[in-house]
Amino acid sequence: MFRYDTAFKWICLVCAGVVGVLMLGFFIQLFISSFSAWREFGLSFLWSRDWNPVTDKYGALPSIVGTLSTTVISLVIALPLAFSAALYLVDARPLIGEILSHAIDLLAAIPSVIYGMWGLFVLAPLMQKYVQPFLADTLGLGRFSFIGTEFNGFGILTAGLILSIMILPYICAIMRDVFRMTPPMLRESAYGVGCTKWETARDIVLRYGIRGILGGVFIGLGRALGETMAVLFVIGNIMEMPSSIFSGSATIASTLANHFAEADGLQRSALFALGLVLLLMSFGIQVLAQYYLHATGARRGETR
Amino acid sequence: MMRRRPLTWRKLSNQFVKIFSTAAVLLAVGAMLWILYTVACYGFRSMSLSFFTTPTMPYGGPVRGGIANAFLGSVMITFGAAVIAVPPALCAGIFLAEYKDWKTVSNVLRFSANVMMGIPSVLVGLFAYIILVVPTGNFSGFSASVALAIIMFPVIMRTTEDMLGMVPDALRESALALGMTRTRATVCIVCLSARKGLLTGILLALSRVSGETAPLLFTALFSDGWPKNYFTGPIANMPVLITEYSTNSPFEVMHQAGWGAALVVTVLVLVINMSTRIIFREKKI
Repeated sequence: MFRYDTAFKWICLVCAGVVGVLMLGFFIQLFISSFSAWREFGLSFLWSRDWNPVTDKYGALPSIVGTLSTTVISLVIALPLAFSAALYLVDARPLIGEILSHAIDLLAAIPSVIYGMWGLFVLAPLMQKYVQPFLADTLGLGRFSFIGTEFNGFGILTAGLILSIMILPYICAIMRDVFRMTPPMLRESAYGVGCTKWETARDIVLRYGIRGILGGVFIGLGRALGETMAVLFVIGNIMEMPSSIFSGSATIASTLANHFAEADGLQRSALFALGLVLLLMSFGIQVLAQYYLHATGARRGETR
Repeated sequence: MMRRRPLTWRKLSNQFVKIFSTAAVLLAVGAMLWILYTVACYGFRSMSLSFFTTPTMPYGGPVRGGIANAFLGSVMITFGAAVIAVPPALCAGIFLAEYKDWKTVSNVLRFSANVMMGIPSVLVGLFAYIILVVPTGNFSGFSASVALAIIMFPVIMRTTEDMLGMVPDALRESALALGMTRTRATVCIVCLSARKGLLTGILLALSRVSGETAPLLFTALFSDGWPKNYFTGPIANMPVLITEYSTNSPFEVMHQAGWGAALVVTVLVLVINMSTRIIFREKKI
């Protein structure tokens, strides 16, 4: 009898240990596979601008810049939307709130390749025809060099837009949880001294749940960093330093998916090195997300 | 000294935020409906019986290709992933929830599981490529299953833990008081009473993983023809079919087939997802 129990416990421990082993395995395997690239280029791989298979020179800077700029754009768009949507959903009437919450959660369930297709066939033409000319010419923003006047519908802005739709449900779900966790007493007191709803949200709920909200932001950030398919379809996949937010670019994830099949030798190793960079970035972000979410106990977006 | 704010200004900004947050909800829901509507509109045109019964064909052949082999391949890959991931993930969840005496180990593993959930799927694809495709020398459906299993594992592990955590301790204690062994109490009483929750977790993980594309680009790849060699060769699957047809093909017919496949995948994923939520709703926190 006794041995039976011990055996079961050990089986469970080994199974749980798999996740730790996998975690380590990711780092070790990617490092081993990218070793020749690190030996060839050293740390300057991180800030070298070339990506040239002909001369066998590779650098990560263009794709790192692409990754960061799409991520920043998507966060800038998604964050206020998710925050105010969560505000609405928490205060809405129960039935309406529940239905709308489920509807927004469904956004997270749609496979990313569908977003990519939608972006390619619907959003990119719209961007080219209406949005980008409007931004560049009608509003006259084109004179700023980071926006630019040349556009074809693809590029960083389009990718950032799609990413913002994709990460919105994750951030919104966590924010909803955080808002619900504010003790009713605090909110009631705020209303009691005459605060409007917005003032309560800004001065009480936001401050009370700031750690959870930061955790949600980092979860969204992690999603946006590593998203592959949706970005691959609309970013244009150009391995150059982007000159403006309308220009085509590449993210680390899209570079991996796009170049891996025809790469070999040093280029493949460089791709693995890019993968390692992405792994380190998302690992750091996940650690931060865990740190902030740990205290609040909000459920993570993924398990929904 | 607090800054004085005029009442009209406060009310106005409150109104503005109210309108903005309503607009945000509408925008999010609208985006969802728009995407679904687009997929339904375009995809519906290629729906026909032969679309589901003929395998994919290269462009320009005498017979117009369908998606039958890709569908079958996707089912095989996803099913394989479930077979690989579910039993150990359940055990792992049981360890986190039931054996509280090894706090440090549990905490470290819980942390790694949380981090693993956020690791981009494209890296999981790379990892599966390194550990399976490189040593065996060929792309295979099996390696794709392993990649998807790696994605599913932490998700199921954490939901299992959450669901078992909701089982009241009184139930455990009564089972043990009846003289059951720890194993028996865990498997027959605790897991059984949380079965709905466990099933929810598994199904949601499956629905999430069945639309996953990036790992399959590195592992399953694609091939026209029926998926005969699951262990030794590249096999057809829906997500890669959608990607290939819509980005790498200039032909309208292929785009059309891609939309059809997209509709099938979306409907399957959403049906699994929604029905799981509705049927097992009361078990969710």
